[in-house]
Amino acid sequence: MRRDYTLYLFASLGSFLIAYIALPLVIIFAKQLMDWEMLVKTLHDPYVIEALRNSLLTATATALIALLFGVPLGYVLARKEFPGKSLVQALVDVPIVIPHSVVGIMLLVTFSSAILDSYAGIIAAMLFVSAPFTVNAARDGFLAVDEKVEAVARTLGASRLRVFFSVSLPIAFPSVASGVIMTWARAISEVGAILIVAYYPKTAQVLVMEYFNNYGLRASRPISVIMVAISLVIFVLLRWLVGRASKER
Amino acid sequence: MLRAEGISKDWKEFRLREISFEVNEGEHFVILGPSGAGKTVLLEIIAGIIEPDSGRVYLNGWDVTDLPPEKRGLAYVPQNYALFPNMSVYDNIAFGLKVRKVLKAEIERKVREISKVLGIEHLLHRKPKTLSGGEQQRVALARALAVEPPLILLDEPFANLDVQTRSRLIGEMKRWREELGFTALHVTHSFEEAVSLGDRVGVMLDGRLVQVGNVREVFSKPASEEVARFLGFENIIEGVAEGRKLKVNGVEIELPIEARGRVRVGLRPEDIILSPEPVRTSARNEFKAIVEAIEELGPLVRVRLSLGDLSLTAFITRSSMLELGMEKGREIYVSFKASALHVF
Repeated sequence: MRRDYTLYLFASLGSFLIAYIALPLVIIFAKQLMDWEMLVKTLHDPYVIEALRNSLLTATATALIALLFGVPLGYVLARKEFPGKSLVQALVDVPIVIPHSVVGIMLLVTFSSAILDSYAGIIAAMLFVSAPFTVNAARDGFLAVDEKVEAVARTLGASRLRVFFSVSLPIAFPSVASGVIMTWARAISEVGAILIVAYYPKTAQVLVMEYFNNYGLRASRPISVIMVAISLVIFVLLRWLVGRASKER
Repeated sequence: MLRAEGISKDWKEFRLREISFEVNEGEHFVILGPSGAGKTVLLEIIAGIIEPDSGRVYLNGWDVTDLPPEKRGLAYVPQNYALFPNMSVYDNIAFGLKVRKVLKAEIERKVREISKVLGIEHLLHRKPKTLSGGEQQRVALARALAVEPPLILLDEPFANLDVQTRSRLIGEMKRWREELGFTALHVTHSFEEAVSLGDRVGVMLDGRLVQVGNVREVFSKPASEEVARFLGFENIIEGVAEGRKLKVNGVEIELPIEARGRVRVGLRPEDIILSPEPVRTSARNEFKAIVEAIEELGPLVRVRLSLGDLSLTAFITRSSMLELGMEKGREIYVSFKASALHVF
């Protein structure tokens, strides 16, 4: 039998990245398991619990806001040609290229005390850097919806809005949902902009930094582990649910 | 019922120019044209999906040109059927009724009734993607007909089907129309569909509607050279069939297959044989005819013949024209094999 050496070569090259991503995950969990006492102590630290709650709530709020504003924008981008469309398109992607500390500075300069050290500030920072995922995923999802299907629904008497909710959105659902999940994931992993805009109320991401700066690696590790565990579980669970829903079609 | 007046539109690579026609109540009107003629664009303008650059669309005397599709109530069946992939077959068919807020029990009754006529009752719980092409076509038709639209717009309804399914469904379509009594505007590039289903036909070439008339008239008297060339000079004979005989104004023609009732048959001009004397072979249809006109087309000659009321077009070569001493007004024997006839 002839062997496909090219694919073997590519696979071994590619496994470098997989190992590189997996290794720190495994190591940090392994090391923490050997330091069980510290983990238990951290789980009983009210500061940590409060921070985790803040992170989860703000990330979820961010995802919902992105859904509310991002899906309509994605639909317009998928369906309508208008002057300045490429500008709008580029603007949507801008947050990805700006350093997040700079995002924080920009937001603070623009909204100053309205967002400083508040939940609104955390959400503002998260939304700025994570909304593009929802907009782009929604746009791609709607682009894949056959326009003839929408046209037929309209000839059958449905208004544009009704067609959107009964035909376009259900068809684009898997795409939109994975966009919202990416937004949530990006939001909960945001720290740079939050540090500048809203150090308080304290989020888990910020608390990790604070503990690291004040008490060192051993103190910041348990929170990191808890954070990774929660994020991964939610992320994987949501992706699995969406995958199952879209396979049912 | 539907009247299009001077519709023009530039859309992508399509150019519609001053298209006017009328579809009568209860009629199956076919627009026949090669692909790229702009047939789909025309249909979508009438459905209200595309706005024309100029021209008006009237429905039962009302100007509907500025109305959105949902206010026109014309049902549209696009070429790819565009079934809603997120809904079951039942919900697809029920969609228009639900939008109209029809009572649940009434929806159920209508969906069952129409599915029964179209023979898709056993598919109601399925998702569209699990259906075959022929099944999808019937579901799309059921969805369109469920709302009892004044007019149904069909875009190449048989083009995506294999040959056998197509000819079976074309036959079915005639029956459905008898049972459900709808008015249809049907665009296609297929002569078979036009001749089998069309009450009247409009020929569309390069974005213009160049000829409109009843099917036999359009096929036998093309208004222009380009129409004739597009139609392939087909002879269309219409008559009443009884078994293997077709009676046309007193002339009896032998058919290749059994048929009954009013049918149309097609005969290609190159399949007609002309001779000065009767040939007397058994398998042939043979008639005496009069030469009405002769046109020379390079190596070929087109001869127009009349058999009483029936007119036929034949092709012969130049040399046989000279041999036969062909001239206008001359009597000649026309013969063709039964197997050369195509029964629509």
